[in-house]
Amino acid sequence: MAKKPTKTNAEDYLRMYRQMAKIRAFEDNANRLYLEAKMPGLTHMYSGEEAVAVGICEALGPSDKITSTHRGHGHCMAKGADFKQMFCELLGKAEGYCRGKGGSMHIADQDNGNLGANAIVGGSMGIATGAALTAKLQGSKDVTVCFFGDGATAQGLMYEVMNMAALWKLPVIYACENNGYSEYTRTDEIAAGSITARAEAFGIEAHKVDGQDVLAVNTLTNDLVSRARKGEGPFFVELETYRYHGHHVGDINREYYRSKEEEADWKKNRDPITNFGKWLTKEGIASAEDLAAMDAEIKDEAKAAVDYALAADYPPESEVDAHVFSGVAHARPYLSGAEA
Amino acid sequence: MSRTITLSKAINEVMFEEMHRDPTVILMGEDVAEAGHPFKFFAGLVEEFGTERVIDTPIAEPGYMGIAVGAAMTGMRPVVDLMFGDFLYLVMDQLCNQAAKAHYMSGGKLTVPLVVNTNLGATRRSAAQHSQSIHALVAHIPGVKVVLPSNAHDAKGLMKTAIRDDNPVVIFNDKMMYNDKAEVPDGELLIPFGQANVVREGRDITLVGTSSMVGVCEKAAEMLEGDGISAEVIDPRTIVPLDEATIVDSVKKTSRAIVVDEGHQSFGVTAEIASRIADRAFYYLDAPVQRMGAMDVPIPFSPALEDLTVPTPEGVADRARAMIRGDI
Repeated sequence: MAKKPTKTNAEDYLRMYRQMAKIRAFEDNANRLYLEAKMPGLTHMYSGEEAVAVGICEALGPSDKITSTHRGHGHCMAKGADFKQMFCELLGKAEGYCRGKGGSMHIADQDNGNLGANAIVGGSMGIATGAALTAKLQGSKDVTVCFFGDGATAQGLMYEVMNMAALWKLPVIYACENNGYSEYTRTDEIAAGSITARAEAFGIEAHKVDGQDVLAVNTLTNDLVSRARKGEGPFFVELETYRYHGHHVGDINREYYRSKEEEADWKKNRDPITNFGKWLTKEGIASAEDLAAMDAEIKDEAKAAVDYALAADYPPESEVDAHVFSGVAHARPYLSGAEA
Repeated sequence: MSRTITLSKAINEVMFEEMHRDPTVILMGEDVAEAGHPFKFFAGLVEEFGTERVIDTPIAEPGYMGIAVGAAMTGMRPVVDLMFGDFLYLVMDQLCNQAAKAHYMSGGKLTVPLVVNTNLGATRRSAAQHSQSIHALVAHIPGVKVVLPSNAHDAKGLMKTAIRDDNPVVIFNDKMMYNDKAEVPDGELLIPFGQANVVREGRDITLVGTSSMVGVCEKAAEMLEGDGISAEVIDPRTIVPLDEATIVDSVKKTSRAIVVDEGHQSFGVTAEIASRIADRAFYYLDAPVQRMGAMDVPIPFSPALEDLTVPTPEGVADRARAMIRGDI
């Protein structure tokens, strides 16, 4: 399954477990905030897909870039985001990552290399490819990972930018999280042929991997990242995974497109956190008690962050026309010709 | 010292000077490298700066616009060429949903210093998909600045300002004006956004013209002079931001205004400027503000029809006379 555990690896493995558990705890709290009507709007849960974000982001450094999706909390957390600023953003508070202006679907965390989640399906594929162009032009060795779902493979933009990435040998990895459903429609109803073959048509090396197996994802990504740094990119990875919740938190009655049995089966047999936890105990890297203690600590940390965010301030009304333009304090007077 | 150069040459000089000044400036688009662009204003750039910075793209406008947005977010200053303004429809998601909103949605964290170099204007006998003036469409979207140069001098100064701006800026040059000449000073020329140019001073009526319509208004003003009517011509130069004060002050002085723009007349630039004049100078007006834009039809191919669709100096002068007579 993976490299033989050593002390260094053990630390890596425990961090992967912690990161996955943090994402799950974040989503459990976000879902509760929605159900208790404490969160404005809707959100899209990443629960079930944790091994994808963590396996990939653990192969990246802080200056490597990612672009994320409407189902993006996992990517943000895996790339280094913290609970407090995440929950503040979800609740539209001033201390959120985007000062409350982006919300669940637009969290950007530039300091950790996250160029933003995107609410247009497939909308960030150009941005990710452009970030890789910058890395190539500046000789920085940074790699960009573009996260997107199976639904986004229907967007024409993907094929335009993969063409250019291949022509220009850009250090970008296209990571297709195939969770089996394009919103409320089965993927086999919206995707003809093979998804990886589409990348291969551009001469892009494509892989398929079990997205529930964090070590498999991480091992593959480590290899692709180091090769991309050497100019061997781009690459394409299709990760087979599953979302436990509906398309969004309000998608409760979903038996018309997928069965409860199917959901139960994935949760029981293919949960990325449970299975990795079992492997850690089997290998003697952590005891069941160690993991339970970690889970409890993370739950407390998440709860404290939720309480903090609920009590935090909304942005002042004066910020409504701030940040429209860089270098312009307030857009409204500026648009009528006042000095910036 | 100054020289007389074409608008194409002005664009060419901007790219040479800015790419020498700032190594993060790159140029992307269809046939911008060895071909130097079908309108030739990028000639010589690839020889000077190489294919890494002068990048020929496939014919995939949304794709390279998206790549430019990502490059801009991460430290480059891309100038993206859209061969015809009509192709803006192809890049709407990347320009309006991504570039325009990234700074705001990220609470000011992400910036997108991106320039789109494109054009507007009919009468080139290019039919409905290569003749549109759709700058109002972009101006409608918060987060994008919109620049409408009317001559080589302003094209140079405004494009330099655009490249140094930290926001998405779309520049529309009139495609019929690429070979028109103007005096342009040697060396640095930066024209700030949001500062209208009073092209010609007058007392009796204000003609606000944008881009291709500045020349139309100037010709109309010359015709009116023969009738003893003194027309003031104002060129806003940028519509986002818009220098309201210069326009409003002029209308307060003249008491009459016609707004002329080559975009379709309905729901466009003429409506916006006329409404701002009405908001701030209503009690100074002797006549309703008049609007003259492109006819609300797709631009036809046949010269006999196409010429009917855009404002002309004669049309503007006739409208001005009617206002002065009190017929409007």
